[in-house]
Amino acid sequence: MDALERYEPIIDDFEAFRAACERPLPSVVRVNEIKATRKQVTEAFDAEGVAWESRDWNENVLKIDSSPGNTWPSFHGWTHGQEEVSSISAFALDPEPGERVLDSCAAPGSKTTQLGALMDDDGLIVANDSNLGRLSALRFNTERLGVTCVAVTNQDARNFSLKPFGIEAFDSTLVDVPCSCEGTIRKNPTALDDWSLDHIEGVAGVQRGILRRAIQATKEGGSVVYSTCTFAPEENEAVLDYVLKREDCRLVEYDIGLQSEPGLTEWQGDEYDDSIRKAKRFYPHHNDTGGFFCAKLEVGT
Amino acid sequence: MSEQSTKTNDGQRFDRLPATAEERDVAGRATREEIIDWWEDRFGVAPETFESYSFWEKGKGKIWILRGDLDSPVHIEALGMTFLRTRQRHWKPTTNAAQRFGGFANKNVIELDDEQASRFVRGDDQELDWGGDWGYLIVSHEITGGREPLGVGSYLHGELQSLVPKGRQRDL
Repeated sequence: MDALERYEPIIDDFEAFRAACERPLPSVVRVNEIKATRKQVTEAFDAEGVAWESRDWNENVLKIDSSPGNTWPSFHGWTHGQEEVSSISAFALDPEPGERVLDSCAAPGSKTTQLGALMDDDGLIVANDSNLGRLSALRFNTERLGVTCVAVTNQDARNFSLKPFGIEAFDSTLVDVPCSCEGTIRKNPTALDDWSLDHIEGVAGVQRGILRRAIQATKEGGSVVYSTCTFAPEENEAVLDYVLKREDCRLVEYDIGLQSEPGLTEWQGDEYDDSIRKAKRFYPHHNDTGGFFCAKLEVGT
Repeated sequence: MSEQSTKTNDGQRFDRLPATAEERDVAGRATREEIIDWWEDRFGVAPETFESYSFWEKGKGKIWILRGDLDSPVHIEALGMTFLRTRQRHWKPTTNAAQRFGGFANKNVIELDDEQASRFVRGDDQELDWGGDWGYLIVSHEITGGREPLGVGSYLHGELQSLVPKGRQRDL
């Protein structure tokens, strides 16, 4: 946990932050509207004796007093256990039915299946992951949740090719990059065991490459959402700042009803583009969640 | 087959199913028409249900269903959802396809009570009475006042075998 000490200057009520990081996460599921309505899910939970509570900011995100995988709604693919903040990026992307969407780092598929639900399983979602071993989890989830508009690819997202699909560009792209995962400490207490600044710098290089390619693969006027589950500015604001200088895109505002802090414009002597304030930082002590970072970009001007 | 074709199934790519037998150029490949007819004959699922979907083969006899369409062939890892096993004596839907499309079925659907349903999703076989056809059935139960498919079972000689794959089995 010492790795988090360097954030003391940027986090309000650092003690509350530390205390929240030491508490386990509540059990949260998302209603999968491809297969069921919120009403069906909550009635099934009631019948099964599972206590539930809708989260204020989104009625399809439910806190439950049971293991997310061991309920009838879960067996039917009506619900999916997904950390609350992890659902932010697909909501921010806000795709429409019929669109073509790239999910460039998709495994294990929580966000892919959420995109599928937001699109009423109508359109084309290309769910890509560079790690072949993780594709089975991705496929397990898309099939269990009944997503049929998905195509799964195994490419390096830094030079993703649209060739298999014969299309020029995607309408929008979700870029939920591999990261140092500091924000998942409540779910995985060993998340910070291998923490090092070298690792952060290395992974940031990969993140820059993935985000650049995502912007190039998205049509003009289309949206790209960039997210991580880490607090490290090197992987968040610094990556955005780097890409803003090199690709034709700009930060835009988006609405999520969770408390957040704006993106940083400076960190340890480095200054970042002022528009990066439009990105949002989500901290564990503000909404009783994991940590998350999410920015929305528009391609072209 | 119109001609004696030498083309065979290529397990490395997705090929869209031919619309009808006249268009078939890979021996033994099911056609779109056959798939849709089979779901109607076996389970009473209306052909219109599949109007906005395309069907693909990758892996011998493994049929995939995709919402929408793409140019065939497609060289990728997965396309849509695995849907049906053909190239065997009795065609068999996947558990996930039964859950996704079994709600449209009105034939060869067996409804289990709570205890039987729990046994089924645990992966256990069970003795029970069923007056309908033998073979693959859509297995369902009642939840929140509606009938919801659980998966696929095989009914033979008074026994319902659970075909819920290991990774999908639950103790509920």
